[in-house]
Amino acid sequence: MDFLAPTTWADALAAKAEHPDAVPVAGGTDVMVELNFDHRRPSVLLDLTRIPELRAWDRADGRIRLGAGVTYARVIDELAAELPGLAMAARTVGSPQIRNRGTVGGNLGAASPAGDSHPPLLASGAVVELASVRGTREVPVAEFYTGVKRNACAPDELIAAVHVTPAGGPQQFCKIGTRNAMVISVTAFGLALHPARKAVGAGIGSAAPTPRRAEAAAGYLAGELDAAGLWDSRGALPEGLAVEFGRRVRDAAAPIDDVRGSAAYRLHALSVMARRAATWAWDDYRRAA
Amino acid sequence: MTTTIDNPATATTGTGTAGRIGDSPLRPDGTLKVTGEFAYSSDLWHEDMCWGVTLRSPHPHARIRSIDTTDALKVPGVHAVLTADDVPGLNRVGLEHLDQPCLAEDVVRFQGEPVALVAADHPETARRAAKRIVVDYEVLPAVTDPRTALDDDAPEVHAGHEGGNLVREVHIRREQRTRNEHEHSGEPVPEAPVVVALDFEVGMQDQAFLGPESGLAVPDGEGGLDLYVATQWLHVDQQQVCRVLGLTPEAARLHLAGVGGAFGGREDLSIHVHACLLALCTGKPVKMSYARDESFFGHVHRHPAWLRYEFGAQPDGTLVYGHADILFDGGAYASSTGAVVGNGGTLGLGPYNFPSVHVDARGVYTNNPPCGAMRGFGCVQAAFAHEALMDVLADRVGVDRVELRARNGMAEGDRNITGQLIDSAAPVAELIGRVRDMPLPATRAADPDLRDLPGGVANTTHGEGVVRGVGYAVTYKNVGFSEGFDDYSTARVRLEVLAGEPVATVQTAAAEVGQGLITVEQQICRTELGVERVVVHPKDTTVGSGGSTSASRQTYVTGGAVRAACEAVRARVLARAAAAVGHGGLRLDGEKIVGADGQVVAGLAEVLGTGAVDETVEWRHRPTAEIDPETGQGDAHVQYAFSAHRAVVDVDVELGLVKVVALDTAQDVGRAINPDAVVGQIQGGSVQGMGLALMEEVVVTEGRVRNPSFTDYLIPTILDTPPMRIEVLEYPDPHAPYGVRGVGEPPTISSGPAVAAAIRAATGRDLRRVPVRPEHITGV
Repeated sequence: MDFLAPTTWADALAAKAEHPDAVPVAGGTDVMVELNFDHRRPSVLLDLTRIPELRAWDRADGRIRLGAGVTYARVIDELAAELPGLAMAARTVGSPQIRNRGTVGGNLGAASPAGDSHPPLLASGAVVELASVRGTREVPVAEFYTGVKRNACAPDELIAAVHVTPAGGPQQFCKIGTRNAMVISVTAFGLALHPARKAVGAGIGSAAPTPRRAEAAAGYLAGELDAAGLWDSRGALPEGLAVEFGRRVRDAAAPIDDVRGSAAYRLHALSVMARRAATWAWDDYRRAA
Repeated sequence: MTTTIDNPATATTGTGTAGRIGDSPLRPDGTLKVTGEFAYSSDLWHEDMCWGVTLRSPHPHARIRSIDTTDALKVPGVHAVLTADDVPGLNRVGLEHLDQPCLAEDVVRFQGEPVALVAADHPETARRAAKRIVVDYEVLPAVTDPRTALDDDAPEVHAGHEGGNLVREVHIRREQRTRNEHEHSGEPVPEAPVVVALDFEVGMQDQAFLGPESGLAVPDGEGGLDLYVATQWLHVDQQQVCRVLGLTPEAARLHLAGVGGAFGGREDLSIHVHACLLALCTGKPVKMSYARDESFFGHVHRHPAWLRYEFGAQPDGTLVYGHADILFDGGAYASSTGAVVGNGGTLGLGPYNFPSVHVDARGVYTNNPPCGAMRGFGCVQAAFAHEALMDVLADRVGVDRVELRARNGMAEGDRNITGQLIDSAAPVAELIGRVRDMPLPATRAADPDLRDLPGGVANTTHGEGVVRGVGYAVTYKNVGFSEGFDDYSTARVRLEVLAGEPVATVQTAAAEVGQGLITVEQQICRTELGVERVVVHPKDTTVGSGGSTSASRQTYVTGGAVRAACEAVRARVLARAAAAVGHGGLRLDGEKIVGADGQVVAGLAEVLGTGAVDETVEWRHRPTAEIDPETGQGDAHVQYAFSAHRAVVDVDVELGLVKVVALDTAQDVGRAINPDAVVGQIQGGSVQGMGLALMEEVVVTEGRVRNPSFTDYLIPTILDTPPMRIEVLEYPDPHAPYGVRGVGEPPTISSGPAVAAAIRAATGRDLRRVPVRPEHITGV
């Protein structure tokens, strides 16, 4: 196995172009586990930890550009106010040691349906920035996940960053695990209210071959809120509306039975989480008035 | 004495100075372990060593048509590839029955059974070479449901085994009034006005020790070797290794390497014989260390169990009879299934008085992963059933659940279901009363921290759907090896002057697996010999057997041996002093020889001079007896240890998630030799029992393990671990050294049933299976 350790982004892109089968590694919290369990024997590992700009985040065009190498710990410490949904999800990742190593970019690269970053990124309409020696392109995160542990990266591309609009309203993230910490998700849900657009974003995890949006459910909730004038009045969320939203989120999922949980439980849990998350987010919205 | 520890996280109990029994001196390994510097068996290293790996069966049951090692041997860096044909001695291992090949011959009987070995310069080379071994398997029908293992048409797991797939069955019968016929067996049963019954199922728990199976075999160039290995019993390992290698014990010397947890999972062999075979073949030191996934295939698990219980009682709740039918899945090889069945049968109705008893316990062969010893050993499974049924009975007769247990609980002077007299403290009523009377945790705050709620920071509830429940359990467990086993330990104690100071050296082969035995051995020597400096000799086979570090027995049995050896040394020292001063009536006190008048007659160093006093003692506890094969009656066990738990849980009943809020306990330990270590055992045991109730299960489908990783085999984290109030009672057992009573296992037995009961109380659901999954609580 070759181990490439470029120190500049240009070198990294050149290396990826030269070795399209190279597996990028940042925190190693996913790649190294696969190596240790002998699930994977890549011919080339491409270490991205020596590239400073990957570890940086900044603001541009009203968005936060989160370098692919920014760790969960830093999302929690530095971005909880602007990206609250992502920060809530980051808090549920692994142990403190894992959060110090693991990166949002790595989560996107692995593209596991169980990745904790995906539901909040879906809910807030994030955009993934992909780069290669050919240039740079942006892919909406909802189009980024293409299959079980597959994503839209071309063989010569690397994930440079993810762009997320700072929260314009309350966000929530909930995740089911069968213990109270350090657990991979049985199913997860992310919600973002976008009051300026009178819109709602919703993302679900571990309940389909890929992370996916609950687009119809989100549209339904936003529309009902609008029809009742609640975005403006900030009146209470009707309980029936929250329940129906939960039902529709559930209908957006297509989970399987596996060792972590049954499909039926995942569907049930999604409906409960979506109902509760909508209630909490709406309560936050009312309080913020 | 009762020690109460409200919040162990902040409690300080030890002074760390005097270091005699009853003190809590610091452990020599404690700081090293906390700072990550302790050398575990997986850290072993030797110049020029090779790495060994194991090729395992992918099938639960298959015939091996052929094995071709040609391609594996061609891999550069490979030194040896071995199969069953390369075993020089008897290719059989097993704790009770020699039924397991150390490398498979013509048949593999479980997924993960070792088939071939590779030694290479680098572990990755060895792994790659192992993949190039071609094994031609013919897949055979497998027995994967133990409930059908005894059916006439079930495939035979061990062809020609007498009894087919039955490993052992135990029958316990005590009858008083008999009239009706038993529903299942047709045998007469006593009539009772109130009858309650239930079925229960317990999943397969894993010991989940953090230190993987590992060791280093170093050939001596003369046909023998030294094996450094993490284990629970060096001498029984040595016997097994010698049998397979065809070596004498002098030629195969075992040394205890740093043990990273055991819990029963290191009673059977893992890498032992394999590393030795590779070392003898290559002439090089060979290290083996399992990765985490392999570890799940490399040791036995706790037996899953199916239990059917029926209790009869008077209208006031007084028990009239107890029936139990218990089935243990032993998996592909017997390991200690026989003894687990013995415990499940003889102890399976819990610490209660039953005038009439009808218990059948069976252990069977299947093509599932082999099951054997784990902390609590046959009592854990039974306790879930008898404690659930006691709650059912209490509710049926309208008696408080604690009161019902107290009313029916054993006391000293009672006889248990095998007719054995309980001849030391059996404070069932006091223990369960104490946990009931402890203060309850505060009700949930109006705006709680997420970490205090079910789901934790995963943010699944802010209080919605959360219901509190309280559950109780009281259980008992035998201490030491039972049913006539010759259970002993050997201790050598040497007292001499080094650099002008008296120094005691204590040597036993009893394994320190993290429980604190080294400190206990030192404390006993300081107490008996009055010396400050006590050196503990490394654990190896140059002294006689210490017996197994299991069955909560080492402080009792090896502690007894060390005390006896100290007494022998002390007698010789005092005799020497008496000869020197011309009179007797002497005693040892603080490195001085003191006369009957309290006057110092000589210094210990002076009496010892240049002549060391060295004594070796083999020490036995009271003998036990085999039980009657028809009635199960007999004095099967040497000592009983009792504990009670109260669990308080918050359950999100909509999502099925649980937060254990408090897990309080009372346990009689006879005498706390090291109070801090006692509390540590109770904390750890309680969490391990809670883990089985909530999350710990090796999921096996059609003989295949589906979750061999710590990603999917979940054990409680610190955020799942509640505060524990621990009351340690000390009612000395007059038959045991210092009055000690085994400590390690009881908390593992009573904590899980209390947690399960608390979840039932919160949810109103029956929940007759553990681990309780969110699906069970939510009913979806």
